[in-house]
Amino acid sequence: MAMNKTRRTAIIFSSIAVLMFGFGFALVPLYNVFCDVTGLNGKITGSSSALINNEVDRSRNITVQFIATGNENLPWDFYPVIKEIKIHPGEMSRVEYFAQNNSDKDMVVQAIPSITPGSAAKFLKKTECFCFTQQVLKKGASMRMPVLFYLDNDLDQNINTITLSYTLFDLTEKQGESHDKP
Amino acid sequence: MEYANPWQRIMRWVTTTNHKDIGTLYLMLSLVMLFIGGGMALIIRGELFMPGQQFIDPSFYNQMITLHGLIMVFGVIMPAFVGLANWQIPMMIGAPDMALPRMNNWSFWILPFAFTILISTLFMNGPAPNFGWTFYAPLSTTYGPPSTDFFIFAVHLMGLSSIMGAINIIATILNLRAPGMRMMKLPIFVWSWLITAFLLIAVMPVLAGAVTMMLTDRHFGTSFFNAAGGGDPLLFQHIFWFFGHPEVYIMILPAFGVVSQIIPTFSRKKLFGYGSMVAAIAVIAFLSFLVWAHHMFVSGISLGAELFFMYSTMLIAVPTGVKVFNWVTTMFRGSLSFETPMLFAVGFVVLFTIGGLSGLMLSIVPADFQYHDTYFVVAHFHYVLVPGALFGILAGVYFWIPKWTGHMYNEAMGKWHFWLSVIGVNVTFFPMHFLGLAGMPRRVPDYALQFTDFNMVATVGAVIFGFSQLLFLVNIIKTIRGGKPATDEVWEGAEGLEWTIPSPAPYHTFQTPPEVR
Amino acid sequence: MALRGLFKKLTFIVGGFCFFPALYAESALNMPRGVTPVSRDIFDLHMLIFWVCVVIGIIVFAIMLYAIIFHRKSRGYKAAKFHDHITVELAWVIVPFIILVLMAIPASKVLIKMNDTNHTDQTVKITGYQWKWRYDYLKEDIGFFSNLSTPQAQIQGKEPKGPYYLLEVDKPLVLPIKQKIRLLVTSNDVIHSWWVPQLGVKRDAVPGFIHESWVYIDEPGIYRGQCTELCGINHGFMPVVVEALTQADYDKWITGHKQQAQQAQPDKTWTKEELMTLGEKSYGTYCAVCHQVNGEGMGDIYPALKKSKIALGPIKKHIDLVLHGVQGTAMQGFIDQLTDDELAAIITFERNAWGNDTGDAVQPSDIRKLRKGDES
Repeated sequence: MAMNKTRRTAIIFSSIAVLMFGFGFALVPLYNVFCDVTGLNGKITGSSSALINNEVDRSRNITVQFIATGNENLPWDFYPVIKEIKIHPGEMSRVEYFAQNNSDKDMVVQAIPSITPGSAAKFLKKTECFCFTQQVLKKGASMRMPVLFYLDNDLDQNINTITLSYTLFDLTEKQGESHDKP
Repeated sequence: MEYANPWQRIMRWVTTTNHKDIGTLYLMLSLVMLFIGGGMALIIRGELFMPGQQFIDPSFYNQMITLHGLIMVFGVIMPAFVGLANWQIPMMIGAPDMALPRMNNWSFWILPFAFTILISTLFMNGPAPNFGWTFYAPLSTTYGPPSTDFFIFAVHLMGLSSIMGAINIIATILNLRAPGMRMMKLPIFVWSWLITAFLLIAVMPVLAGAVTMMLTDRHFGTSFFNAAGGGDPLLFQHIFWFFGHPEVYIMILPAFGVVSQIIPTFSRKKLFGYGSMVAAIAVIAFLSFLVWAHHMFVSGISLGAELFFMYSTMLIAVPTGVKVFNWVTTMFRGSLSFETPMLFAVGFVVLFTIGGLSGLMLSIVPADFQYHDTYFVVAHFHYVLVPGALFGILAGVYFWIPKWTGHMYNEAMGKWHFWLSVIGVNVTFFPMHFLGLAGMPRRVPDYALQFTDFNMVATVGAVIFGFSQLLFLVNIIKTIRGGKPATDEVWEGAEGLEWTIPSPAPYHTFQTPPEVR
Repeated sequence: MALRGLFKKLTFIVGGFCFFPALYAESALNMPRGVTPVSRDIFDLHMLIFWVCVVIGIIVFAIMLYAIIFHRKSRGYKAAKFHDHITVELAWVIVPFIILVLMAIPASKVLIKMNDTNHTDQTVKITGYQWKWRYDYLKEDIGFFSNLSTPQAQIQGKEPKGPYYLLEVDKPLVLPIKQKIRLLVTSNDVIHSWWVPQLGVKRDAVPGFIHESWVYIDEPGIYRGQCTELCGINHGFMPVVVEALTQADYDKWITGHKQQAQQAQPDKTWTKEELMTLGEKSYGTYCAVCHQVNGEGMGDIYPALKKSKIALGPIKKHIDLVLHGVQGTAMQGFIDQLTDDELAAIITFERNAWGNDTGDAVQPSDIRKLRKGDES
């Protein structure tokens, strides 16, 4: 009698342990959903948004700053061509980043976007961005990479400055390996 | 027991399924680890005695703080409480043994291997794990030394051991209680362990998940924590602290239990507010799942999250306060005497309260922007873990060792141990509050000149505290070997099933369940 | 009795220990009040919660002490029987709860204020590197690295330590007072944390992500802080120094800094002695943290330069390695961090110090040539 009860308890709690192990992994997509909804950490989705015909709200002026960082002393020149623009919500804008590979080999990079303040992240909609795909540059080559975006009219009234940052990560060595995007 | 040869003597311990043997093994492992982890602490304090590089380089320093943390958390505090649980829970609820004796053997014997692997990283080519016991990505993933993989394996083993131990404890408490031992009659120590075991089962797998993700990030091309592949280093911190905060309570709840046994005994008065004590433990355990991001206030989480986690963290002060007030009220108008277990329990209440109050200060987010990752935090968590968890263990050992060995420990030596420990702990950790407020970051191998005085004081305290633990070692060995015989009841105010059996407790107890009135 | 007497003596000694250091002016006991509105708000909150804790502590410990002294068995005190009291138990749930709510109100107000990064006058980007900081002024197009300037000899105890030991840098972050400055914090490698206690700002630098904070400094002065997130071996050696100037001085600094950057470096030929002098100094700042002052390195990660294949081998390879670093190792490229003069001097120094007597002298013009070749 007691033995059966014990076995049942053991099985139940072992299952809970296994479930919690799975829960640890489930936290990854949960976190991403949570970030999308709340803009926690300024994390934004890497996919493009459809262009919605927004009415341009001319009563508001929003400053958008552009920032560039090369991770791990990336031997590239990487900077926004224009560092700052003032736009109205609903207005489509196009900016460019300049990139030049100064190393002596061909390289593959991935740009990772980040937005601050985090609560603005879900209102900055990109219809085209060089961060959607990996970028390849031959040694010594350079290019200008475009970003097309607009600000959603629902952007929080308190926000008047937004910073859009890109960090370039070198994927040259990882190229060819599979990339699981959690 | 008689043995034909030494091999049999060893095999008895390797193959034992007796809860008392396994309890002893856990406690012995913990004792050995205490001196290893403590030795590391003294190396750290030695290096910090004066500004400038003294005798270890910054690389070795980082390895020391990492291993000191890991060993103290997983090798000292947790096994010691599991050891106490193994010894005491069957005797306190009138069970003949743990519910799953063979699994009990396994859950202990995994641990020596786990710690051998962990400590062996020190002797490998390249540095041992050097990213702090919190092993934040990407320092531990992309930038981790090769030995990190051994560390991951060791953590997996420790997690497995804890989960098995926890399942065993839950199965024992739920199924093997003596007739009449209703849940609301359980000694508080048993209650605290039941809830702790739930916490263990809920969060140790999450830790295992976190280190598994680290492993695949390091070797199999995933990007859970690497921004380059769409991951997020802050996700690691969220997962880690989802484990890490309940872990803090895993280390302190059993100490609450021990102290709640000892204070009524030496006050010769029933525990005040038994029901609210149980409720407080349960509420603390529940809230511990809702406060994890208070370790991440400066990491750039949103305002809404900061407000939520500030309020939930402050809320934990309420049930914790209930416990402290209940202990004080238990003592109030009792008939107090101060044997060593009671001294440690009273020391626990006072010093843990200090640590709890500094925790309340840390919960205020704007202030936490100044406290975060400074020595103020080091002072806070050492106050809750050393005179908190560790004093709880020491109190429990002094309290129950007469029952285990049949001998009284040396009371005078126990008192010396207590007073030297209390002085050592406070001289070590109290100045750290000042250091943190004045601006000394934690985990630095060297510091600016204005921090010199308090660091010197702290090192002196650490030496006092460290060496006074030798008294404990001597006292235990002497008690095991002999000493004044203990009565069955041992303590005048003792209540509970464990005091009804002879001292020393026979190898098998409660083969026929006792009747609880 | 003897024990109690001893205890008294010990308390006296411990008490003495705790107050003894307060005699020195430089040992602070409390958080600095700081020089920004936020840091002062934080300080006030800190003191408020501190006194709340002290009062709670005193009440609890006083009751306990009373019981310890008067309700002892040795005094013949008989234990009372009570063990439950619903009103009392409810009271100590409700009273602390009210105290906490009262605490949460001002704390939330300050927190909301700290998160208001709107209407700033200018933006500075702060990037954490293993193990230094980089500051970029977005408006002014100025950017530079800020390295620890405490010589290794002081750390190793071969020289007396200066007053700002480990809290001094070669180029501080210069900010104007009375301006709301937005700080954007990110990282180049692992997580760092940028902290200046006097400014009440602490923000983690996370690779790939950008987070913001702001600062409004009231008084000119030099404010020092440190990296507070474990970021590897030299975590303790990457201080933050902020120099706050009046608007006029700040404008002067900006103009001066721009002129300096534009000044063409004359193509002069340096003597080997000049190179060695500058080389030793620059090596101490940029290289010695890992490769050590004696050039013997640290373990396997930081190889020795003394008698090394690189330092004794072909010059071009040596220069290339210093300029671009070695991928997959801790050796980073210094091409964007140091001037031609410094690079030439460091390489000359490495090739001639510690018995590496190659006799080579690398000229800044040699570096310049390679730099140019790089860009073609």
